[in-house]
Amino acid sequence: MATLEIRDLHVTVEVENGTKEILKGVDLTVKQGETHAIMGPNGSGKSTLAYSIAGHPKYTITQGTVTLDGEDVLEMEVDERARAGMFLAMQYPVEVPGVSVSNFLRTSATAIRGEAPKLRTWVKEVKESMAALQMDPAFAERNVNEGFSGGEKKRHEILQMELLKPKIAILDETDSGLDVDALRVVSEGVNRIRETGEVGTLLITHYTRILRYIKPDFVHVFANGRIAESGGAELADKLENEGYEAYVKGGASA
Amino acid sequence: MAEAQNIPVGSTTAGQIAVAAESTVATRMSAPPSFDVADFPVPHGREEEWRFTPLERLRGLHDGTAVATGDGVKIDIDAPEGVVVETVGRDDARLGKAGAPVDRVAAQAYSAFEKAGVVTVPKETVLTEPIRIAVHGEGGVAYGHQVIELGAFAEAVVVIDHTGDAVLAANVDYILGDGAKLTVVSVQDWDDKAVHVGQHNALIGRDATFKSFVVTFGGDLVRLHPRVAYAGTGGEAELFGLYFTDAGQHQEHRLLVDHNVPHCKSNVVYKGALQGEQAHAVWIGDVLIEARAEGTDTYEMNRNLVLTDGARVDSVPNLEIETGEIVGAGHASATGRFDDEQLFYLMARGIPADEARRLVVRGFFAELVQQIEVDDIEQRLLVKIDEELEASV
Repeated sequence: MATLEIRDLHVTVEVENGTKEILKGVDLTVKQGETHAIMGPNGSGKSTLAYSIAGHPKYTITQGTVTLDGEDVLEMEVDERARAGMFLAMQYPVEVPGVSVSNFLRTSATAIRGEAPKLRTWVKEVKESMAALQMDPAFAERNVNEGFSGGEKKRHEILQMELLKPKIAILDETDSGLDVDALRVVSEGVNRIRETGEVGTLLITHYTRILRYIKPDFVHVFANGRIAESGGAELADKLENEGYEAYVKGGASA
Repeated sequence: MAEAQNIPVGSTTAGQIAVAAESTVATRMSAPPSFDVADFPVPHGREEEWRFTPLERLRGLHDGTAVATGDGVKIDIDAPEGVVVETVGRDDARLGKAGAPVDRVAAQAYSAFEKAGVVTVPKETVLTEPIRIAVHGEGGVAYGHQVIELGAFAEAVVVIDHTGDAVLAANVDYILGDGAKLTVVSVQDWDDKAVHVGQHNALIGRDATFKSFVVTFGGDLVRLHPRVAYAGTGGEAELFGLYFTDAGQHQEHRLLVDHNVPHCKSNVVYKGALQGEQAHAVWIGDVLIEARAEGTDTYEMNRNLVLTDGARVDSVPNLEIETGEIVGAGHASATGRFDDEQLFYLMARGIPADEARRLVVRGFFAELVQQIEVDDIEQRLLVKIDEELEASV
């Protein structure tokens, strides 16, 4: 069973007036089949955690380790991490002009699977996933994320997650900017993938709303660059009622 | 990719990408067209039609100091049966029929060539194989003129392939008889030092179809003027262009479609990729719909993909409409970047960096490459695109 282990992770980013430490010692273990929600106020470092694990060049790891089944993830290039089974559904997926969704998906699946998927089964696979996510088949011929609405971008991210079958998926604020209908469709997509038991999910969110659709096994409160508290699904209810205030103050005085 | 068609004159979008718009065809010409080089003053670089061009890199083509050396270019023409291939003197009546030079270098070429080439596809002759014209630079200075004439209802594909190293000013006339169909692929695959300036004049007969691909990869400086005018109603022109501008290269395409006759169509799509320091692409797209050209249907588009910092695009679409009785008229110019975030996104889906770049650039050019329909040229372009990308890593 695949396991992602994050130990004492410290991450800095270059800002206008120097270097700023965003992550200040994150410890977290995510196993295949589990769903963890990471919740926290704006600026707490949630997205930095997601992008650092995926290998975005903007972030510098200054301390700590990230391993996937004992393999050092931080030593891998961005594409190697994806091929090792990591997936990041992005909050702001970028436009890639000139590359159609269908070409992108197939190139990506070929890279991840190590061989080109057989055309006939592949077409069927893509069609079914798109239908389940209520995506128009014409979508496949559009350029990646070009002119997509917020909801279309997020569906497209989950479509990729379903086709690429990662061992560990990080969903960075997949719920933000979605109306209730889109949130439901996207959540159902994530749940379908979770039900396979093949994926460990790290669900990063600002709001408790998505947790009504996707039930986490663990909830972690993220504040001031580290996990401030961990618990079960009930912790989300507490956050729903009380907000992040206690954690923000605690972080400031620490 | 941001649509830039509504950006005011001289405004600048992201970084080094400058997009100007809305100047008029009339103001762009400092002198009326002429076959005589003496009618054009030596440009200084501030003139509208020269302001993007580094004159010092023209190697004297613009000021009369570039003298033909005799070892400029070697031309080989491979034509299927039925095609008439001739070399003629300056006084041949078929020369210059498709249009007069519009700038000093084109006029210099017309004033300086000694022999011209004339390729004729007789009327109603339909070729199944392309006519291939290989222009190979031998390192010297040359002036040239080539005419390609199709009789009524003739159909042909012509590939003009420029390779090697030369300083060349040469014009090409395409004359299409009524109902003729001509596809031209002009490939500028020069060595790094080559300088190539030329004017391509197409005169499209009644109900004739002209399809042109201008493909520019090589050279130190390439500056081409593809121009279209119509000799009768019902003519159609499709002008496609691809360029891949590398570090230090200047590649300039200045188009004019003159809708001088009613009920003609034109469609212009030029796409360029740029990479490296001082890579400079210029695209000027002028479409003129004259007062008498009722029923005109025209669209022009320029797209640029900037792969690295340090590259510059000047893209100036311009539409001048003298009659409202038209089917359609539009233009667009857009310049986008392939940036680190795109690279990250594709790599985060398991795609290696070099493949990610290839995917984007191939995809960008694909819609044009596929339309060429000359297999070996298509394959060569794809290989060339890959080579360019590999060279950049």
